[in-house]
Amino acid sequence: MTDDTTTEAPGPVTTLATPIRLDFDFTPGIAQSVFLRGLEQGKFMGQRCPVCGKVYVPSRGSCPTDGVPTTEDVELSNIGTVTTYCVVNVPFAGQSIEIPYICAQVLLDGANLSFMGLIQEIPTDQIRMGMRVEAVWVDADELTPSLASVKYFRPADEPDADYDTYKEYL
Amino acid sequence: MSAATAGRTVRPVSIASFAQMQNVRRDDEHNEVEMLMPVVAEVFGNIGITKDDVDFICSGSTDYLIGGPFSFVMALDAVGVWPPRSESHVEMDGAWALYEAWTLLQEGAIDAALVYAFGRSSLGDLQEILTLQLDPYYLAPLWPDAISLAALQAQAVIDAGKATEADFAAIASRSRKSALDNPNAQVANDIPAATLLEDEYVVAPLRRHTLPPITDGAAAIVLAAGDKARQWSDKPVWITGFDHRIETHALGARDLSTSPSTAKAAELAGVADGPVDVAEIHAPYAHQEVIVAEALGLDGSVTINPSGGPLAANPLMSAGLIRIGEAAERIRSGGAHRAVAHATSGPCLQQNLVCVLEGE
Repeated sequence: MTDDTTTEAPGPVTTLATPIRLDFDFTPGIAQSVFLRGLEQGKFMGQRCPVCGKVYVPSRGSCPTDGVPTTEDVELSNIGTVTTYCVVNVPFAGQSIEIPYICAQVLLDGANLSFMGLIQEIPTDQIRMGMRVEAVWVDADELTPSLASVKYFRPADEPDADYDTYKEYL
Repeated sequence: MSAATAGRTVRPVSIASFAQMQNVRRDDEHNEVEMLMPVVAEVFGNIGITKDDVDFICSGSTDYLIGGPFSFVMALDAVGVWPPRSESHVEMDGAWALYEAWTLLQEGAIDAALVYAFGRSSLGDLQEILTLQLDPYYLAPLWPDAISLAALQAQAVIDAGKATEADFAAIASRSRKSALDNPNAQVANDIPAATLLEDEYVVAPLRRHTLPPITDGAAAIVLAAGDKARQWSDKPVWITGFDHRIETHALGARDLSTSPSTAKAAELAGVADGPVDVAEIHAPYAHQEVIVAEALGLDGSVTINPSGGPLAANPLMSAGLIRIGEAAERIRSGGAHRAVAHATSGPCLQQNLVCVLEGE
């Protein structure tokens, strides 16, 4: 060491690594279990609010508007409408799908809540609001109580939905 | 307000309704919304009101317990927030959510508030989770568990000559015996202190009976002021004093055998202004009851934790709110005229809240 370095104070510590890992059990509850068990059987299950009649998928067990339990189970269609979408062009860590790809909000027929789905089997420049899409499931022996049971959505062979049918869900 | 009257009520606010779920070791069946919905329905149903009758909602919970982000936002589904509502949340026991709502009611802009709290202590390793509330640089990386920290405090109590291990056992025995009368209690039994003292140490000087159970639970209170307080109850239970104080994060800088923050909160809430019939003390570990009772200035005539207290059920984030609800119910049922409820947060009684309640 030279004299210069011995007289210099060490710089401030800017990083301190304190690794933390916690494991948790997950309790989906009654309503989400209905949804997850449905996925295990290759179908979408929602629940209806007894006050406003809206069908939520997945349901967490209550109507977020009315604050009452959603007790009626409702099987929903495999087909729905793209209410809005984006085309992902940005690579990020952990990405499992080749870019570009389409991420869309899908409103299943019979549901009053859209949820996010991957759209495949279509060039990314052809996706549009109102497009009718259908779920493609994994093989029957690969079905699990998880959204991984839905491989993706693909265009259904139907005319686009009228804007008025989904304008409330944007 | 002067400092001396800071914690005293300017505008009378009543605990109009209280509800809690059956405390259990683990609720495997329900998600958080499903846990809360019956409690919210009961707290409204008790007084025949709906969500549209309250002007403000405040909740207490922590995402660390379930390991899921924004669980407090999703929990609002249990109430139904449409039309859009005025709402707030504290990452603390619901007793502090109640304090926030009480403060807003003091300002006079609103007349009624819903306060709720939920906690699932069972879904992760609670001892590890609680470590994360410590100083993140020098203490948390050592992973001292909550029981070991509590044991340091218990030893300090013994060394200060304030209590013995037999006293801790007597507190545990009395608490769980009282819990036999509480249908919502998780641990209720009648075991003499002498028998409890035969337990092995978990972390000396703490034996198993001095520790709180791990509990899943939820609770809710409706606060009312003005005309609503009388409309909703023939026997209003009034909050006459309310304050909370905190101490340093550095455990080594505190005298763990005392609780100056409780004493200060008690002074400002006016605990000594009148006789206390009942005290509901949020002392999760038996020895902490000794510390808090002393800081509150309670004498031997006060009935402590007739509900069984946190040694009978300790749902994190709601156990403090439940103390206030239990104290209010004791007054409403005629079992007491004036009661003190206490809530704590943080390691070794770091932060403390005192609420004074009175009937008419």
